[in-house]
Amino acid sequence: MLALLRIAKSIVFISSLLFVISILPTHSVYSRDTSPSSSDLGPITVRAFDTDNDAGGSITVEWDDPGYERLSGFAGFLVWRTNTLTGTSDSVEVTPFGTRTYDDRSVSDDSTYSYSVAALVNGERLMSTPSMQVRSSKQWFDGRLTWVLILGLIICGAVIYFIESAKRGTKLFLRRIAGLEAIDEAVGRATEMGRPILFVAGIQDMDDVQTIAGLTILGSIARTVAEYDTKINMPVRASLVMTAARETIKHAYVTAGRPDAYNDDMVHYVTDEQFGFVAAVDGIMVRERPAACFFLGAFFAESLIMAETGNSIGAIQVAGTAMPAQLPFFVAACDYTLIGEELFAASAYLSGEPRQLGSLKGADVGKAIAMIVILVGVIATTIASAWNSESMLWIENLLRQMFSTG
Amino acid sequence: MTSKIAMRILTAIVALIFLVSWITRSGSGMSDSAFTNVRDGFLITFAVFLTLSIFSFLYRDNPFYKFAESLYVGISAGYWMSYGFWSTIVGNFVPRASRSLSEFFHVPYQERADHILIYIPIIFGLILLTRLLPKIGWLSRWSLAFIIGATAGLNLTRYLRSDFISQVSNSFIPLFVDWKGAGDFVSHISLAADGQFIAILSNWVIFVGVMCGLVYFFFSKEHKGAFGVASRIGIWILMITFGASFGYTVMGRISLLVGRITFLFGDWLNIL
Repeated sequence: MLALLRIAKSIVFISSLLFVISILPTHSVYSRDTSPSSSDLGPITVRAFDTDNDAGGSITVEWDDPGYERLSGFAGFLVWRTNTLTGTSDSVEVTPFGTRTYDDRSVSDDSTYSYSVAALVNGERLMSTPSMQVRSSKQWFDGRLTWVLILGLIICGAVIYFIESAKRGTKLFLRRIAGLEAIDEAVGRATEMGRPILFVAGIQDMDDVQTIAGLTILGSIARTVAEYDTKINMPVRASLVMTAARETIKHAYVTAGRPDAYNDDMVHYVTDEQFGFVAAVDGIMVRERPAACFFLGAFFAESLIMAETGNSIGAIQVAGTAMPAQLPFFVAACDYTLIGEELFAASAYLSGEPRQLGSLKGADVGKAIAMIVILVGVIATTIASAWNSESMLWIENLLRQMFSTG
Repeated sequence: MTSKIAMRILTAIVALIFLVSWITRSGSGMSDSAFTNVRDGFLITFAVFLTLSIFSFLYRDNPFYKFAESLYVGISAGYWMSYGFWSTIVGNFVPRASRSLSEFFHVPYQERADHILIYIPIIFGLILLTRLLPKIGWLSRWSLAFIIGATAGLNLTRYLRSDFISQVSNSFIPLFVDWKGAGDFVSHISLAADGQFIAILSNWVIFVGVMCGLVYFFFSKEHKGAFGVASRIGIWILMITFGASFGYTVMGRISLLVGRITFLFGDWLNIL
């Protein structure tokens, strides 16, 4: 009985051993059979073409992977470029896993190229057949920006229309801007106190539209200054701004009938260094104690330093900038602040020039378009997401396509 | 008279303190060279003097601040003029203009056919200098007009894309996020930061803020009635944003102050 039991145990043990042995090779064979070998796989198909909507110097390479990424020793695809004019070849990139395209931006528009893609498997290069010859070229029109063009044309068209309307004498309505009344008040106060006014047109050069808006307002202020016979002091950071500001003030004095009172020293260059400029302006403020300070233009970190110093000497301060990060400081430390586009509106309002008024009205058309589109877009997005409306999803996608920047 | 004497005494005290600092710093220098130690001691003492001179403006305008201000303005004006000459004239113009000039300034000559284009900005630059000649000074306006016009044209598409089109498309947000009906919304309402209620509230704030902000900056219509209400909401939202931005930036400025304090107490006094 005991012997039978031992025999049975031995049979079970041997059977188990055989079973395990039978499984191991089966599993191994299975994995070898199902995993493709490089020789089983078809060729890599490569397509190279000039990159769309660019300024030249770029060729896009695309390829299909017949299954190399599934091989155990796969290390990546090597993009191989041949200059067919010179006959030279070189590798340009080893792409990461999952990549089937490469944008080669190191090509010349004067040469033609063909591309091959090699699968790197266990140190071997399994090269594709070369692509067709291709040459990069620039496109004169970026098709992705068609809607930018259309919107630009609509807004520019509106600007031109309103400029022409203003030139013909049509009265264009602009709402009252709160800070503007303060300008005459500030100049009048400086006159009464016998103190100068200080004007800073930001710290940017003439290629910044905020500087230009600041100088336009300067023209209006300088006219009042000339009429009241007050002094104006304008330190500048850029030489071109100094030139333009002198022109502006001179013109204002001539318009006010006081060309003799104009002096070039009213506008003086300080330094290009940002904080050196601020140190000098602060020094001017505490020594000359202007009754009114105007900060109109593009400002950066110096905004609070200057506005605080002006506040400490008790000057009436009017500021205006379109720099979002600096507006809080001006709002906190100045009496009146022209926020963002109010700076440009003030410039147009004060000058009364058809070109500026027309630009502002044209910009309002842009804002009206933005409001309508946002309203429609938000309604469509909300209904599409909350109630799965196909038609609203179509509208949302259409708007997103229209307002895509490429 | 008294204030002059007080100022002289103060100046003498300050000079003495910094002389002692210079001697102490020179004596505790890390270099083997005595000259290097004396020089480093002077530089760090002078940097401390300038730092404190600028800080003294917090009390009131004074001769130390005037000295630091004049030094800063003078050196920076000279530096930027020199930088402009070496980077623009020598860096850009000379290598393209002439081989002999390039050799004179020890910069490599770049021979290319399209270098003729550099004479356009040179001509405009020279025209700008006609301001120095009153009879033909009006010519300088051409350069200014070119700079302003070219900048406006180049920036048009950039601003249209970044400040208009991108902003509009980013405003297409659903006002009801993960909406499965009012009953479901009420039963699952929570104030968790990543919850549905906060997501919906955020989107409503963005939508109302954008629309009312646009109304505020609309200049072609008087802000009265509903338009006026929207405009007032717009300015309120702007002011709340400014408040948050103010606090955030002040925090950044505090870190600059910490940097200076670290310099004074660490690099100078060695007590940090």
